[in-house]
Amino acid sequence: MYDFTPFIESITSYLNENLSPFWAGLISMVLLGVGILLFYAVLGLYLVYAERKICARMQNRMGPNRVGPGGIFQTIADLIKLLLKELIYIRNADSLLFNIAPFIVIVASIMAIGAIPFAKGLQAVDLNIGVLYILAISSMGVIGILIAGWASNSKYSVIGAMRSGAQVISYELSVGLALLGIITFAGSMQFSEIIASQEDGWWIFKGHIPAMIAFVIFLIAGTAETNRGPFDLAEAESELTAGFHTEYSGIKFAFFFLAEYMNMFIIAAVATTLWLGGWLPFHLFRWGAFNTVMDFIPPVFWFFGKAAFVIYLMMWFKWTFPRLRIDQLLALEWKYLLPINLMNLILIAFLTLMKWHF
Amino acid sequence: MEATLLDFDLRDKEEYIINMGPQHPSTHGVLRFEVCLQGEQIKYLRPHCGYIHRGIEKMSEALTYPQLIHLTDRMDYLSAHINNEAVALCVENAMGVEVSDRVKYIRTILAELSRIASHQLWWCAFGMDLGALTTFFYGLRDREHILDIFEETTGSRLTQSFITPGGLMADVHPNFQKRIKEFITYFRKKLPEYDQLLTGNIIFRERTHGIGVMSKEVAIDYGVTGPSGRGSGFTCDIRKIAPYSAYPFVKFNEITLSEGDTYSRYVVRIKEMWESLNILEQLVDNIPQGPTMLELKAVKAPKGEYYQRVETARGELGVYIVSDGGPSPARIHYRTPNFSNLFVINKLAKGHKIADLVAISGSLDLVIPDIDR
Repeated sequence: MYDFTPFIESITSYLNENLSPFWAGLISMVLLGVGILLFYAVLGLYLVYAERKICARMQNRMGPNRVGPGGIFQTIADLIKLLLKELIYIRNADSLLFNIAPFIVIVASIMAIGAIPFAKGLQAVDLNIGVLYILAISSMGVIGILIAGWASNSKYSVIGAMRSGAQVISYELSVGLALLGIITFAGSMQFSEIIASQEDGWWIFKGHIPAMIAFVIFLIAGTAETNRGPFDLAEAESELTAGFHTEYSGIKFAFFFLAEYMNMFIIAAVATTLWLGGWLPFHLFRWGAFNTVMDFIPPVFWFFGKAAFVIYLMMWFKWTFPRLRIDQLLALEWKYLLPINLMNLILIAFLTLMKWHF
Repeated sequence: MEATLLDFDLRDKEEYIINMGPQHPSTHGVLRFEVCLQGEQIKYLRPHCGYIHRGIEKMSEALTYPQLIHLTDRMDYLSAHINNEAVALCVENAMGVEVSDRVKYIRTILAELSRIASHQLWWCAFGMDLGALTTFFYGLRDREHILDIFEETTGSRLTQSFITPGGLMADVHPNFQKRIKEFITYFRKKLPEYDQLLTGNIIFRERTHGIGVMSKEVAIDYGVTGPSGRGSGFTCDIRKIAPYSAYPFVKFNEITLSEGDTYSRYVVRIKEMWESLNILEQLVDNIPQGPTMLELKAVKAPKGEYYQRVETARGELGVYIVSDGGPSPARIHYRTPNFSNLFVINKLAKGHKIADLVAISGSLDLVIPDIDR
């Protein structure tokens, strides 16, 4: 009912009819790029706003409530302030690496947005290895963090960057293995096909307990990969003041900040697509009328609703848990999550082979 | 012999020195730790204090006894009432006068209220040191009630200067007893929330169990008193050893634990809040009638040396006055609890990670102006 494919195709054919193939391709790429960038900026700002409101609720506070109704323009005002702030250049710092690091971090997360399916047809590229692509691109961000820590010429930054390196490289395994479980179930790495395989039920329900275990592990490891929540050792403001971005100011700091929130959204979006049926509506078995009503809600709302739920979970445990220590963090990954994950994957493979999933 | 900083060859590239503070989120003020690290492991640690030294002891020599009360607020600002009480008791002992029972009761109630308020703020800050930011707002929410009681009676929220040699600055507000009773019922309901939010958390337990173990011998050697010492099994509660004010009239337990790690120091403070509520409950209904101020011609200590110790929220506070018979002391010295509690930190943190240093210094509950004076 809410298929975006004809709409997108009409734009493409209009461009192709009126322009040479080169210009048509270029203009469609520019349109896509501008769209993604706009989406990125707006969503990033509102995720910051959401976090501030949610954590305020948990802490008996009001949160931002002065700029605009309910403070909805607060983060925009903050962004303008950050844009106007002075960029501090550090003596004896490696200026090339120092300047390039925030861009690596933010470009990595912008590129990952391109492969996420928001609704049927509303996806920049439907790669046949979409899951692998997101995994690869989003782990590029850690290079930026390592460079930022190293180039700052500050001991706190180096400690933060090294922690972040150890953490992201370890938790990459768990993220990958958890995703592999659903790829085994769905038999594809393409997002559109994974969603199509959930027409009759989401994988978190169809995949029995192994899928749920994989979901929980993905949430934990995904949070660790975005350097958030109880795993924010790279920043750890009570230990390292601000970790790898101690020395950054102005818009460069804002890039790190925005990238952190968008990485959280990417993790939530991948969890939504693989486990919670992506943009598919919620259906109950044999509840015809209920299912019809659910179908009327546009898929974009379904997608963002589910992603918001996952994001809320991540914010919830960020604001209630203390921070782990670096050795405990690595022990959690290598001693607990990884073995459980491997066993789980074998179980999933067995279930898929015997066709015991619904 | 202990290794000093000079023993480490810093040309060895594996080790490096990092300065935590004087402006650092987790030193709770202007304290500087000079930390020698190997990776994240602490090889050696040296606290540097003196960034907020104001010369309170020297300044006091030029002030009369009722005047120098106001400076004691600025030492351990979280137990201002107890600091005032220490000087007041010392001067009263020197003059050989005794205040009325009403004054004693009110002093003890104020002291226990500030003990609870201080432990609440410690709980906030300790949670925040470990990365649990929500604790800060829970603790401050409840502390607000105590500060309101203080404000109503003393006119001030933090540096009250209410207890003075010879009695109290004024009588208590008519609402005093009612509001304390309200607070006791309120806080009895809210205190279990503290356990739910932090104490039972698996990450919190992992972060604090077995970290920074201080044996009873070390606690005695370094003179670590207060909840930090009692967490190691050192029975050092002045309220029990040398009862003063209204403490002889109340029944309460001295909380001691034997483990001596960060977690036991945490538990001692949580239990002390319960114990303080019990003390308050016993006192609040029984405040006798009487004058709130002795009629003294002049507050002058006779020639001689006097010492008085009290139990603040952080440990033993001693006041040592040398008097030449004049209206102000010839020399006054404070034995502050935080000064002794701070310097054990090298012993506790050595060999642990830098994240543990934050937990350990948080569990010692340091107030920096009290160290420097």
